[in-house]
Amino acid sequence: MTEHITLTVNGVSRSLEVEPRRLLVQAIREDLGLTGTHIGCDTSQCGACTVQLDGMAVKSCSMLAVQADGRSITTIEGMGTPENLHPIQAAFWEKHGLQCGFCTPGMIMAAADLIARDDDPSDDEIRHAIEGNICRCTGYQNIVLAIREAAAVMRAGSAAPAAPASQA
Amino acid sequence: MIPAAFEYTRAGSLDEAIAAVRGGAKVIAGGQSILPLLKLRLASVDRLVDIGRIAELRGFRPQADGSLEIGALTTYAEWRAATTYPGVREAIDQIADVQVRHLGTVGGAIAHADPASDFPAIALAFDGSAVLRGPGGERVVPLDGFFEGAFVSGIRDDEILVAIRRPAVPAGAGFGYAKLAQPASGYSIVGVAAVIAKSGGSISHARIGVTGVHEHPYRATDVEAALVGSDASGKAIAAAAAHATDGVEVNSDIHADATYRAAMAVVYAGRAIEAALARAG
Repeated sequence: MTEHITLTVNGVSRSLEVEPRRLLVQAIREDLGLTGTHIGCDTSQCGACTVQLDGMAVKSCSMLAVQADGRSITTIEGMGTPENLHPIQAAFWEKHGLQCGFCTPGMIMAAADLIARDDDPSDDEIRHAIEGNICRCTGYQNIVLAIREAAAVMRAGSAAPAAPASQA
Repeated sequence: MIPAAFEYTRAGSLDEAIAAVRGGAKVIAGGQSILPLLKLRLASVDRLVDIGRIAELRGFRPQADGSLEIGALTTYAEWRAATTYPGVREAIDQIADVQVRHLGTVGGAIAHADPASDFPAIALAFDGSAVLRGPGGERVVPLDGFFEGAFVSGIRDDEILVAIRRPAVPAGAGFGYAKLAQPASGYSIVGVAAVIAKSGGSISHARIGVTGVHEHPYRATDVEAALVGSDASGKAIAAAAAHATDGVEVNSDIHADATYRAAMAVVYAGRAIEAALARAG
Protein backbone atom coordinates (compact mmCIF):
# COMPACT_ATOMS: atom_id res chain seq x y z
CA MET A 1 0.00 0.00 0.00
CA THR A 2 1.51 3.33 -1.01
CA GLU A 3 0.41 6.92 -0.72
CA HIS A 4 0.66 9.54 -3.44
CA ILE A 5 2.32 12.72 -2.19
CA THR A 6 3.49 15.98 -3.69
CA LEU A 7 6.41 17.91 -2.26
CA THR A 8 7.85 21.19 -3.43
CA VAL A 9 11.58 20.56 -3.17
CA ASN A 10 13.93 23.48 -3.73
CA GLY A 11 11.14 25.23 -5.58
CA VAL A 12 10.26 22.31 -7.88
CA SER A 13 7.04 20.30 -7.46
CA ARG A 14 7.77 16.57 -7.17
CA SER A 15 5.21 13.77 -7.03
CA LEU A 16 6.04 10.48 -5.35
CA GLU A 17 4.47 7.17 -4.45
CA VAL A 18 5.71 6.25 -0.98
CA GLU A 19 5.03 3.65 1.66
CA PRO A 20 3.61 5.34 4.78
CA ARG A 21 6.68 4.27 6.75
CA ARG A 22 9.06 6.01 4.35
CA LEU A 23 11.03 8.69 6.16
CA LEU A 24 11.30 12.10 4.58
CA VAL A 25 15.08 11.74 4.44
CA GLN A 26 14.74 8.53 2.42
CA ALA A 27 12.38 10.21 0.00
CA ILE A 28 14.84 13.08 -0.39
CA ARG A 29 17.94 10.93 -0.81
CA GLU A 30 16.69 7.78 -2.48
CA ASP A 31 13.58 8.82 -4.41
CA LEU A 32 14.70 12.30 -5.42
CA GLY A 33 18.46 11.61 -5.54
CA LEU A 34 19.34 14.62 -3.40
CA THR A 35 22.13 13.06 -1.38
CA GLY A 36 23.44 16.28 0.12
CA THR A 37 21.11 15.63 3.06
CA HIS A 38 22.94 13.13 5.25
CA ILE A 39 21.94 10.41 7.70
CA GLY A 40 24.36 10.39 10.61
CA CYS A 41 22.55 8.47 13.35
CA ASP A 42 19.59 6.26 14.08
CA THR A 43 18.47 8.13 17.15
CA SER A 44 17.25 11.50 15.85
CA GLN A 45 20.07 13.27 17.67
CA CYS A 46 22.75 14.26 15.16
CA GLY A 47 20.92 16.72 12.91
CA ALA A 48 22.89 15.79 9.75
CA CYS A 49 19.53 15.29 8.01
CA THR A 50 18.29 18.81 8.81
CA VAL A 51 16.26 20.40 6.03
CA GLN A 52 13.81 23.26 6.01
CA LEU A 53 10.09 22.50 6.01
CA ASP A 54 8.13 25.63 5.08
CA GLY A 55 11.18 27.59 6.25
CA MET A 56 11.66 25.79 9.57
CA ALA A 57 14.64 23.57 10.34
CA VAL A 58 13.46 19.99 10.96
CA LYS A 59 15.13 16.61 11.12
CA SER A 60 14.07 14.79 7.96
CA CYS A 61 14.86 11.44 9.62
CA SER A 62 12.17 12.14 12.22
CA MET A 63 9.34 12.89 9.86
CA LEU A 64 7.39 10.63 7.54
CA ALA A 65 7.34 11.61 3.89
CA VAL A 66 3.52 11.47 4.05
CA GLN A 67 3.58 14.10 6.83
CA ALA A 68 5.34 16.46 4.41
CA ASP A 69 2.71 16.04 1.67
CA GLY A 70 1.85 19.40 0.15
CA ARG A 71 4.62 21.22 1.93
CA SER A 72 7.76 22.97 0.81
CA ILE A 73 11.22 21.51 1.48
CA THR A 74 14.58 23.21 1.09
CA THR A 75 17.67 21.00 1.11
CA ILE A 76 21.33 21.95 0.96
CA GLU A 77 21.10 21.63 -2.85
CA GLY A 78 18.66 24.56 -2.74
CA MET A 79 21.06 26.87 -0.92
CA GLY A 80 23.79 27.65 -3.41
CA THR A 81 25.82 26.25 -6.26
CA PRO A 82 29.55 25.47 -6.48
CA GLU A 83 29.94 28.57 -8.63
CA ASN A 84 27.75 30.77 -6.49
CA LEU A 85 27.86 29.69 -2.86
CA HIS A 86 25.21 30.79 -0.41
CA PRO A 87 26.72 33.26 2.09
CA ILE A 88 26.52 30.59 4.82
CA GLN A 89 28.37 28.11 2.62
CA ALA A 90 30.95 30.75 1.78
CA ALA A 91 31.42 31.57 5.46
CA PHE A 92 31.93 27.90 6.37
CA TRP A 93 34.67 27.83 3.71
CA GLU A 94 36.24 31.11 4.84
CA LYS A 95 36.20 30.26 8.54
CA HIS A 96 37.12 26.60 8.15
CA GLY A 97 33.79 25.59 9.66
CA LEU A 98 34.15 22.01 8.50
CA GLN A 99 36.66 19.22 8.46
CA CYS A 100 35.14 15.94 7.24
CA GLY A 101 32.03 17.76 6.08
CA PHE A 102 29.51 15.12 7.07
CA CYS A 103 27.54 17.33 9.45
CA THR A 104 27.90 20.44 7.28
CA PRO A 105 24.66 20.28 5.26
CA GLY A 106 22.65 19.97 8.47
CA MET A 107 24.68 22.69 10.18
CA ILE A 108 24.09 25.05 7.27
CA MET A 109 20.35 24.38 7.24
CA ALA A 110 20.17 24.96 11.00
CA ALA A 111 22.23 28.15 10.62
CA ALA A 112 19.91 29.40 7.87
CA ASP A 113 16.96 28.88 10.20
CA LEU A 114 18.68 30.86 12.96
CA ILE A 115 19.76 33.76 10.75
CA ALA A 116 16.26 34.03 9.28
CA ARG A 117 14.92 34.51 12.83
CA ASP A 118 17.78 36.61 14.18
CA ASP A 119 20.20 38.34 11.86
CA ASP A 120 22.66 39.25 14.63
CA PRO A 121 22.93 36.24 16.93
CA SER A 122 25.39 36.14 19.82
CA ASP A 123 27.79 33.23 20.14
CA ASP A 124 25.57 31.79 22.88
CA GLU A 125 22.53 32.05 20.64
CA ILE A 126 24.43 30.35 17.81
CA ARG A 127 25.48 27.49 20.09
CA HIS A 128 21.90 27.13 21.31
CA ALA A 129 20.60 27.08 17.72
CA ILE A 130 22.94 24.24 16.70
CA GLU A 131 22.25 22.21 19.83
CA GLY A 132 20.48 19.66 17.64
CA ASN A 133 23.47 19.24 15.31
CA ILE A 134 26.47 17.14 16.24
CA CYS A 135 29.95 17.67 14.78
CA ARG A 136 32.69 15.21 15.70
CA CYS A 137 35.59 17.06 14.04
CA THR A 138 35.68 20.77 14.64
CA GLY A 139 34.95 21.26 18.30
CA TYR A 140 32.30 23.70 17.03
CA GLN A 141 34.43 26.83 17.46
CA ASN A 142 34.88 27.48 13.75
CA ILE A 143 31.27 26.59 13.04
CA VAL A 144 30.25 29.34 15.46
CA LEU A 145 32.69 31.75 13.79
CA ALA A 146 31.31 30.80 10.36
CA ILE A 147 27.70 31.36 11.38
CA ARG A 148 28.58 34.69 12.99
CA GLU A 149 30.41 35.71 9.78
CA ALA A 150 27.50 34.55 7.60
CA ALA A 151 25.05 36.55 9.67
CA ALA A 152 27.24 39.65 9.33
CA VAL A 153 27.51 39.21 5.57
CA MET A 154 23.79 38.63 5.16
CA ARG A 155 22.98 41.52 7.49
CA ALA A 156 25.09 43.82 5.41
CA GLY A 157 23.16 42.57 2.42
CA SER A 158 26.37 42.42 0.50
CA ALA A 159 27.41 39.72 -1.90
CA ALA A 160 28.97 36.56 -0.57
CA PRO A 161 32.63 37.00 0.32
CA ALA A 162 34.80 36.29 -2.66
CA ALA A 163 36.10 32.77 -2.91
CA PRO A 164 39.78 32.48 -2.00
CA ALA A 165 42.07 33.45 -4.82
CA SER A 166 43.14 30.53 -6.93
CA GLN A 167 46.42 29.06 -5.85
CA ALA A 168 48.18 29.70 -9.10
CA MET B 1 16.77 1.64 10.66
CA ILE B 2 13.32 2.29 9.28
CA PRO B 3 10.00 1.58 10.96
CA ALA B 4 8.23 -1.72 10.34
CA ALA B 5 5.34 -1.37 7.91
CA PHE B 6 2.05 -0.02 9.20
CA GLU B 7 -1.30 1.08 7.84
CA TYR B 8 -1.73 4.84 7.68
CA THR B 9 -4.80 7.02 7.97
CA ARG B 10 -4.68 10.78 7.67
CA ALA B 11 -7.62 12.10 9.65
CA GLY B 12 -9.36 15.07 8.07
CA SER B 13 -11.35 15.96 11.16
CA LEU B 14 -11.49 15.22 14.86
CA ASP B 15 -14.51 12.94 14.39
CA GLU B 16 -12.61 10.99 11.74
CA ALA B 17 -9.63 10.69 14.08
CA ILE B 18 -11.79 9.42 16.95
CA ALA B 19 -13.38 6.84 14.67
CA ALA B 20 -9.99 5.81 13.30
CA VAL B 21 -8.24 5.24 16.63
CA ARG B 22 -10.79 2.68 17.84
CA GLY B 23 -9.37 -0.78 18.01
CA GLY B 24 -5.83 -0.02 18.97
CA ALA B 25 -4.33 2.44 16.50
CA LYS B 26 -1.60 4.84 17.63
CA VAL B 27 -1.78 8.56 17.02
CA ILE B 28 0.95 10.60 15.36
CA ALA B 29 1.00 14.40 15.67
CA GLY B 30 4.47 15.95 15.28
CA GLY B 31 6.07 12.53 15.43
CA GLN B 32 9.06 13.62 17.51
CA SER B 33 8.48 10.95 20.16
CA ILE B 34 6.86 8.10 18.25
CA LEU B 35 9.05 8.11 15.14
CA PRO B 36 12.35 7.64 17.00
CA LEU B 37 10.73 4.71 18.84
CA LEU B 38 9.37 3.18 15.62
CA LYS B 39 12.73 3.62 13.86
CA LEU B 40 14.60 1.85 16.63
CA ARG B 41 11.80 -0.73 16.70
CA LEU B 42 11.37 -0.15 20.41
CA ALA B 43 7.71 0.18 19.49
CA SER B 44 5.62 -1.08 16.60
CA VAL B 45 2.17 -0.18 15.40
CA ASP B 46 -0.31 -1.87 13.08
CA ARG B 47 -2.12 1.36 12.30
CA LEU B 48 -1.03 4.96 12.61
CA VAL B 49 -3.60 7.75 12.62
CA ASP B 50 -2.13 11.10 11.57
CA ILE B 51 -3.95 13.95 13.33
CA GLY B 52 -1.39 16.54 12.18
CA ARG B 53 -3.71 18.36 9.79
CA ILE B 54 -6.73 18.88 12.03
CA ALA B 55 -6.87 22.66 12.27
CA GLU B 56 -9.18 22.75 15.30
CA LEU B 57 -6.50 21.00 17.39
CA ARG B 58 -4.07 23.86 16.89
CA GLY B 59 -3.94 27.21 18.64
CA PHE B 60 -3.19 29.23 21.73
CA ARG B 61 -6.44 30.50 23.23
CA PRO B 62 -6.28 32.85 26.24
CA GLN B 63 -9.75 33.26 27.80
CA ALA B 64 -11.29 36.39 29.28
CA ASP B 65 -11.23 34.89 32.79
CA GLY B 66 -7.44 34.49 32.68
CA SER B 67 -7.52 30.79 31.89
CA LEU B 68 -5.76 29.40 28.84
CA GLU B 69 -6.32 26.57 26.40
CA ILE B 70 -3.51 25.35 24.18
CA GLY B 71 -4.55 23.08 21.30
CA ALA B 72 -2.86 19.71 21.45
CA LEU B 73 -1.22 20.18 18.02
CA THR B 74 0.45 23.45 19.03
CA THR B 75 4.17 23.00 18.53
CA TYR B 76 6.74 24.10 21.07
CA ALA B 77 7.81 26.79 18.58
CA GLU B 78 4.23 28.06 18.21
CA TRP B 79 3.76 28.04 21.97
CA ARG B 80 7.02 29.97 22.37
CA ALA B 81 5.86 32.56 19.86
CA ALA B 82 2.48 32.96 21.59
CA THR B 83 3.34 32.93 25.29
CA THR B 84 3.82 36.16 27.18
CA TYR B 85 4.18 34.61 30.64
CA PRO B 86 7.56 35.67 32.09
CA GLY B 87 10.02 32.79 32.18
CA VAL B 88 8.05 30.43 29.96
CA ARG B 89 10.10 31.14 26.83
CA GLU B 90 13.29 30.43 28.73
CA ALA B 91 11.81 27.11 29.82
CA ILE B 92 10.71 26.17 26.29
CA ASP B 93 14.22 26.90 25.06
CA GLN B 94 15.44 24.11 27.35
CA ILE B 95 13.20 21.53 25.67
CA ALA B 96 14.96 19.34 23.08
CA ASP B 97 16.48 21.33 20.19
CA VAL B 98 15.18 23.79 17.64
CA GLN B 99 14.37 21.13 15.03
CA VAL B 100 12.31 19.13 17.52
CA ARG B 101 10.61 22.28 18.83
CA HIS B 102 9.44 23.04 15.28
CA LEU B 103 7.53 19.74 15.02
CA GLY B 104 7.02 18.45 18.56
CA THR B 105 3.63 19.29 20.06
CA VAL B 106 2.48 20.04 23.59
CA GLY B 107 -0.25 17.43 23.24
CA GLY B 108 2.28 14.84 22.14
CA ALA B 109 4.38 15.56 25.22
CA ILE B 110 1.40 14.92 27.49
CA ALA B 111 0.06 11.90 25.61
CA HIS B 112 3.51 10.26 25.37
CA ALA B 113 3.96 10.59 29.16
CA ASP B 114 7.71 10.31 28.98
CA PRO B 115 9.08 10.22 32.55
CA ALA B 116 11.74 12.79 31.65
CA SER B 117 9.79 15.15 29.39
CA ASP B 118 9.84 18.82 30.43
CA PHE B 119 6.36 19.98 29.45
CA PRO B 120 4.43 17.74 31.88
CA ALA B 121 6.28 19.32 34.83
CA ILE B 122 5.54 22.81 33.54
CA ALA B 123 1.87 21.94 32.93
CA LEU B 124 1.58 20.46 36.43
CA ALA B 125 2.95 23.66 37.97
CA PHE B 126 0.25 25.63 36.13
CA ASP B 127 -2.51 23.27 37.40
CA GLY B 128 -3.07 21.99 33.86
CA SER B 129 -5.74 19.58 32.73
CA ALA B 130 -6.00 17.33 29.69
CA VAL B 131 -9.04 17.82 27.46
CA LEU B 132 -9.92 14.43 25.95
CA ARG B 133 -12.48 13.68 23.28
CA GLY B 134 -13.92 10.23 22.61
CA PRO B 135 -17.04 8.65 21.13
CA GLY B 136 -18.94 9.53 24.31
CA GLY B 137 -17.96 13.19 24.28
CA GLU B 138 -15.42 15.31 26.12
CA ARG B 139 -13.89 14.95 29.56
CA VAL B 140 -11.39 17.17 31.33
CA VAL B 141 -8.88 15.38 33.55
CA PRO B 142 -6.46 17.18 35.90
CA LEU B 143 -2.85 16.33 35.01
CA ASP B 144 -2.22 15.76 38.72
CA GLY B 145 -3.00 12.04 38.75
CA PHE B 146 -3.13 11.71 34.94
CA PHE B 147 0.37 10.24 34.60
CA GLU B 148 0.19 6.65 35.78
CA GLY B 149 3.61 5.28 34.94
CA ALA B 150 6.42 5.50 32.42
CA PHE B 151 4.73 6.23 29.07
CA VAL B 152 1.33 5.47 30.60
CA SER B 153 -1.36 8.12 30.96
CA GLY B 154 -5.08 8.24 31.58
CA ILE B 155 -5.97 8.55 27.88
CA ARG B 156 -8.35 5.76 26.89
CA ASP B 157 -7.78 3.80 23.69
CA ASP B 158 -10.69 5.48 21.92
CA GLU B 159 -9.82 9.03 22.98
CA ILE B 160 -7.82 11.83 21.40
CA LEU B 161 -6.12 14.51 23.48
CA VAL B 162 -7.45 17.74 22.02
CA ALA B 163 -6.06 20.45 24.31
CA ILE B 164 -4.28 21.35 27.52
CA ARG B 165 -6.11 23.78 29.77
CA ARG B 166 -5.05 25.74 32.79
CA PRO B 167 -7.06 27.98 35.12
CA ALA B 168 -6.22 31.63 35.73
CA VAL B 169 -2.86 31.96 37.45
CA PRO B 170 -3.03 33.76 40.84
CA ALA B 171 -2.28 37.46 40.48
CA GLY B 172 1.41 38.27 40.64
CA ALA B 173 2.53 34.64 40.47
CA GLY B 174 6.01 34.02 39.10
CA PHE B 175 7.17 31.01 37.13
CA GLY B 176 10.55 29.28 37.10
CA TYR B 177 11.96 26.12 35.53
CA ALA B 178 15.28 24.61 36.57
CA LYS B 179 16.67 21.61 34.74
CA LEU B 180 19.66 19.31 35.05
CA ALA B 181 19.92 17.94 31.52
CA GLN B 182 21.59 14.73 30.49
CA PRO B 183 24.30 16.23 28.28
CA ALA B 184 23.92 13.91 25.28
CA SER B 185 20.17 13.50 25.04
CA GLY B 186 19.08 16.78 26.60
CA TYR B 187 16.41 14.97 28.59
CA SER B 188 15.89 15.93 32.20
CA ILE B 189 17.76 14.02 34.85
CA VAL B 190 15.86 16.42 37.06
CA GLY B 191 13.46 19.13 35.93
CA VAL B 192 11.48 21.25 38.37
CA ALA B 193 8.81 23.81 37.46
CA ALA B 194 7.45 26.23 40.06
CA VAL B 195 4.55 28.69 40.07
CA ILE B 196 4.57 30.82 43.22
CA ALA B 197 2.62 33.84 44.43
CA LYS B 198 3.19 36.01 47.48
CA SER B 199 0.72 37.94 49.54
CA GLY B 200 2.04 40.42 52.04
CA GLY B 201 5.33 38.97 53.21
CA SER B 202 4.46 35.32 52.81
CA ILE B 203 3.88 32.75 50.10
CA SER B 204 0.18 32.36 49.30
CA HIS B 205 0.31 29.90 46.39
CA ALA B 206 2.84 27.26 45.35
CA ARG B 207 2.72 24.56 42.69
CA ILE B 208 5.75 22.42 41.99
CA GLY B 209 5.96 19.99 39.03
CA VAL B 210 8.82 17.53 38.85
CA THR B 211 10.06 15.45 35.91
CA GLY B 212 12.90 13.00 35.36
CA VAL B 213 12.90 11.89 38.97
CA HIS B 214 10.09 9.34 39.26
CA GLU B 215 8.52 6.88 36.84
CA HIS B 216 6.19 9.69 35.85
CA PRO B 217 6.03 13.47 36.32
CA TYR B 218 4.44 14.46 39.62
CA ARG B 219 3.46 17.37 41.83
CA ALA B 220 5.71 17.75 44.87
CA THR B 221 2.87 18.51 47.26
CA ASP B 222 5.02 18.36 50.39
CA VAL B 223 7.23 21.13 48.97
CA GLU B 224 4.13 23.16 48.17
CA ALA B 225 2.71 22.70 51.67
CA ALA B 226 5.98 23.75 53.28
CA LEU B 227 6.19 26.87 51.11
CA VAL B 228 2.67 28.20 51.63
CA GLY B 229 2.60 30.48 54.63
CA SER B 230 6.39 30.69 54.81
CA ASP B 231 8.30 33.95 54.55
CA ALA B 232 10.05 33.08 51.24
CA SER B 233 13.44 33.41 52.91
CA GLY B 234 16.40 31.36 51.74
CA LYS B 235 16.01 29.23 54.82
CA ALA B 236 12.31 28.60 54.14
CA ILE B 237 13.03 27.73 50.49
CA ALA B 238 15.74 25.25 51.46
CA ALA B 239 13.52 23.66 54.09
CA ALA B 240 10.68 23.27 51.58
CA ALA B 241 12.88 22.02 48.71
CA ALA B 242 14.18 19.26 50.98
CA HIS B 243 10.80 17.54 50.47
CA ALA B 244 11.22 17.30 46.66
CA THR B 245 11.17 13.51 46.54
CA ASP B 246 8.94 12.80 49.55
CA GLY B 247 6.80 9.76 48.90
CA VAL B 248 8.18 8.90 45.46
CA GLU B 249 10.46 6.12 44.33
CA VAL B 250 13.44 7.88 42.72
CA ASN B 251 14.73 6.68 39.33
CA SER B 252 18.20 5.22 39.12
CA ASP B 253 20.14 4.78 35.89
CA ILE B 254 23.65 5.03 34.44
CA HIS B 255 23.42 8.83 34.28
CA ALA B 256 22.29 9.40 37.87
CA ASP B 257 21.76 6.90 40.63
CA ALA B 258 18.85 7.37 43.02
CA THR B 259 20.92 9.06 45.75
CA TYR B 260 22.43 11.62 43.39
CA ARG B 261 19.16 12.20 41.55
CA ALA B 262 17.29 12.77 44.82
CA ALA B 263 19.96 15.22 45.97
CA MET B 264 19.73 17.08 42.66
CA ALA B 265 15.93 17.16 42.89
CA VAL B 266 16.32 19.14 46.11
CA VAL B 267 18.89 21.50 44.58
CA TYR B 268 16.86 22.12 41.41
CA ALA B 269 13.62 22.51 43.36
CA GLY B 270 15.35 25.27 45.31
CA ARG B 271 16.52 26.94 42.09
CA ALA B 272 13.08 26.73 40.46
CA ILE B 273 11.46 28.24 43.56
CA GLU B 274 13.99 31.06 43.65
CA ALA B 275 13.48 31.75 39.93
CA ALA B 276 9.70 31.82 40.39
CA LEU B 277 9.95 34.13 43.43
CA ALA B 278 12.27 36.47 41.54
CA ARG B 279 9.50 36.92 38.95
CA ALA B 280 6.63 37.06 41.46
CA GLY B 281 5.06 40.48 41.90
